[in-house]
Amino acid sequence: MSAAQEARRRLAQRRTRKLAIRYAVASLLTVLFLFPIYWLFMISFKTPEEIFSSPPVWYPASIQFDNFAVLFRDGDAVTVWNSLFVAGVSTVLAMFLGTLCAYSLARFRTGGDNLAVWIISQRMIPPIAIVFPLFLLYVWLGWVDTYHGLIMLYTAFNLPYVIWMMRGYIEDVPSELEESALVDGCTRWQVLVRVIFPMVRTGLFATAVFTFVFAWNDFIFALVMTRSEVTTYPVQVTHYFGAQSNFWAKIAAMSVLGAAPVFVAVAFLQRYLVRGISMGAVKG
Amino acid sequence: MARLKISGLKKSYGKVPAVRGVDLDISEGEFTVLVGPSGCGKSTLLRTIAGLEEADDGSIEIDGELVNDVRPRDRNVAMVFQNYALYPYMNVFENIAFGLRARKAPKNQVKDQVQRAAEMLGITSLLERLPRELSGGQRQRVAIGRAIVREARLFLFDEPLSNLDAQLRDEMRSEIKRLHQDIGKTMVYVTHDQIEAMTLADRIVLMKDGLIEQQGMPLELFERPATRFVAGFLGSPAMNFIPATLKRKGTGIAMVFDDGAALALPASRKASLSGSVGRAVLFGVRPEHIERSRKGSARPGQARLKVTIDLVQPTGPRTYGTFLLGGVETVAELEVHDVERPGESLALLFDMNRIVIIDPETELVISHSGT
Ligand SMILES: Nc1ncnc2c1ncn2[C@@H]1O[C@H](COP(=O)(O)OP(=O)(O)OP(=O)(O)O)[C@@H](O)[C@H]1O
Ligand SMILES: [Mg+2]
Repeated sequence: MSAAQEARRRLAQRRTRKLAIRYAVASLLTVLFLFPIYWLFMISFKTPEEIFSSPPVWYPASIQFDNFAVLFRDGDAVTVWNSLFVAGVSTVLAMFLGTLCAYSLARFRTGGDNLAVWIISQRMIPPIAIVFPLFLLYVWLGWVDTYHGLIMLYTAFNLPYVIWMMRGYIEDVPSELEESALVDGCTRWQVLVRVIFPMVRTGLFATAVFTFVFAWNDFIFALVMTRSEVTTYPVQVTHYFGAQSNFWAKIAAMSVLGAAPVFVAVAFLQRYLVRGISMGAVKG
Repeated sequence: MARLKISGLKKSYGKVPAVRGVDLDISEGEFTVLVGPSGCGKSTLLRTIAGLEEADDGSIEIDGELVNDVRPRDRNVAMVFQNYALYPYMNVFENIAFGLRARKAPKNQVKDQVQRAAEMLGITSLLERLPRELSGGQRQRVAIGRAIVREARLFLFDEPLSNLDAQLRDEMRSEIKRLHQDIGKTMVYVTHDQIEAMTLADRIVLMKDGLIEQQGMPLELFERPATRFVAGFLGSPAMNFIPATLKRKGTGIAMVFDDGAALALPASRKASLSGSVGRAVLFGVRPEHIERSRKGSARPGQARLKVTIDLVQPTGPRTYGTFLLGGVETVAELEVHDVERPGESLALLFDMNRIVIIDPETELVISHSGT
């Protein structure tokens, strides 16, 4: 074997070793991050004995859905539906209104740069700072513990984010595409539907997912603004933490129910999410 | 087909004036080319005609209808953009059909018309492809297809060929000319390229700083420029401009340069120039109107001068020779073997019938081949 070949072989070896280490570290981290989620799912399928057994069992002897059945029988599961409905409707509303505003900001320079910055600054307000004044307003309006009350709140809170993101995506659409459409016979509305939407589809989906997840995750607004009619699932879960005992089976099953829609959404929209986020990142 | 009439058109972007008062009257079926240096307002003028920019002042009439306040979609014009502006998420068929669909044309009509436009442009085999799967020339064809499919009354082109390589540009240029002959619509075409301007145009409109410098048939502008700018803009290589003085010489008038060289003017120009004797002028001569002197080759109106060539640039069919005249670098377009090496001395013939004489103060042409 010549010296050159020998050197090449060693280089290849070193590369293989490096790659192996990288994979090992990546796998380890993945296990570390996924473990709590794994544990949650497992608990939801365990019997009470398995949940409290010591030492803990790593997986249930048989998959059983009793923990979920209880949730549906007692009506707890309806809170997941509440969350889904409130988050879904507010996302659609925020996306629709926000995209229109963003188009106006991007193309007609409505309000110059200042209006756009002011809008995003609204997003910086910590919810805790406004939740009690809002509560007083809602009491006065009679909106506490109503669907529309919560929907309005999430829509309003998400609008700045949607406007800011969509404005960036729309600005990236070459204006000739729109101008060509205008000359070819489109109205502004048609331009929006036939040119802008398809061009920003990726960003639109990515933004919608984040908007949805915000509403889905929200705890503070839901805790203060709801009582019994439109309790959302994060609030419901806290009811299971008792002073004397915790209902681990219910907590786990409810959490799985609550996480499922987000998992599904992300799985379907993964492609858009990754591209949408990196698009935003390149733009800075 | 339509007549386009523009009067006193003005358009500024904020404080930047782009079009400063343009009058233009284009008759039905005419092919008008807008040329001029970068930033002179060609695109702005075109976009204002399309309704993409709002005029600050003046009027735009299409077929006698004032369209200043008419939305772009209702002006019934078609426009081809420099970067094609194809919709990346639609295939070629849908791109071409876009305008028809926007106007809610019936389905089978859309199909027929797209097919016809595609045939005209030779892109029927590409209809299923996405724009990113096309070459530059093919994209340009699709963009043109999208414009012609709609039967608009007025066609606007903004530098449609400038993103193509030279060979493709020649090809597309002929195609656009043929297209115009076939469909006979009124077209306004913006370009930087003077070959495009000369070959395509029924009429050239030469713009400068937001104003029309001169307009007319291509050869009219070429042979009878009104200003130094026009004379220098058209023609490649550009016209030579050399300061000189008009002096009486014998019974005629001659152009005398700073270095003492003199070129006699033909008798036909004497009448119009006798009032200017003694004046400082700019002498303008195109490189192709200077040739090498051979025994017995001089024709009436030609003036002979001995020069030393100091730069030789062969292009293949012709050779450019540069020499100093009145202290100014002057280019002559010579036959290939007229001069081989720099430093050669040569007798040149200047075609004095075709020179222009310019007032250096006003930069207006005071004498050209037509006078
Ligand atoms: N959107 C705009 N905002 C501000 N100024 C502009 C805008 N568009 C053009 N201008 C300015 O208006 C003037 C005319 O521009 P225009 O695009 O019409 O020139 P042009 O003749 O088409 O040039 P080119 O040959 O480079 O395309 C230029 O000074 C340009 O800087
Ligand atoms: Mg331009």
